[in-house]
Amino acid sequence: MPVFSFNDTLLLATILLSVGLAGVLIRRNLLFMLMSLDIMLNAAALVFVGAGARWHDAAGQVMFLLILALAAVETAVGLAIILCLHARGRPTLDADTGNLLQG
Amino acid sequence: MHALALLAASVTVIGAIMVITRKVAVHAVLYLVVTLLALAALLVMLGASFAAMLEIIIYAGAIMVLFVFVIMMLNLGQPDSAREKEWLRPRAWLGPGILAAIVCAELLYCVSPLSESTPSLSPITAHDVGLSLFGRYVLMVELASFLLLAGLISVFHIGRNRVEDP
Repeated sequence: MPVFSFNDTLLLATILLSVGLAGVLIRRNLLFMLMSLDIMLNAAALVFVGAGARWHDAAGQVMFLLILALAAVETAVGLAIILCLHARGRPTLDADTGNLLQG
Repeated sequence: MHALALLAASVTVIGAIMVITRKVAVHAVLYLVVTLLALAALLVMLGASFAAMLEIIIYAGAIMVLFVFVIMMLNLGQPDSAREKEWLRPRAWLGPGILAAIVCAELLYCVSPLSESTPSLSPITAHDVGLSLFGRYVLMVELASFLLLAGLISVFHIGRNRVEDP
């Protein structure tokens, strides 16, 4: 019995991706931009898993695993960059002033 | 049964909206954890319990712990939240919000006429995923390991304790 059809999955993933995109656009705080990127990656992963369930293929979940690895790496590198910027005396997390990371 | 899926989906969307509108970063992290847990429930309903477990363990566990640690180390003061409050007025976010809403409506319009046939929803177990992962897609595992190694090295390089030269 299909609890959740593929159309519903696509709808939800679209809404989630749009919310994440709006977050990237309207927030200037680097932490919130990273969180919005995570929301967008989750939406993409949901599409993959939904397609895998729709056509009954395990490749959707394989792609989900790869997206998970990508999100982990992206978050770790982004947070390291934020910490490095903060350790160099920048008092703010504003993304528009991020051109001061020399080396 | 469909009501449960609808409830989880609405919790996901509302949590995501709350994430991008909070002023305090810790509140946003908590909302993001709720969002990810609801998304894991949705994945279980899609028949992907393995993916749901990974979502809970890696996303809601490990990555959110990273966020919490960094927020604790940053020690953002009162001026920062005051400036965020300044930026969260409608004058600042109305334009990009409208643009994102237009993109959302366009995507919804493009998605809607997708023809729906009867899906045979049987769960894909971890056994199937493992067979596919280490059978056809074993090169992808190698590429993911390269990616993780590159991320590890770059994080070490970025975060190393260098001597401050004047």
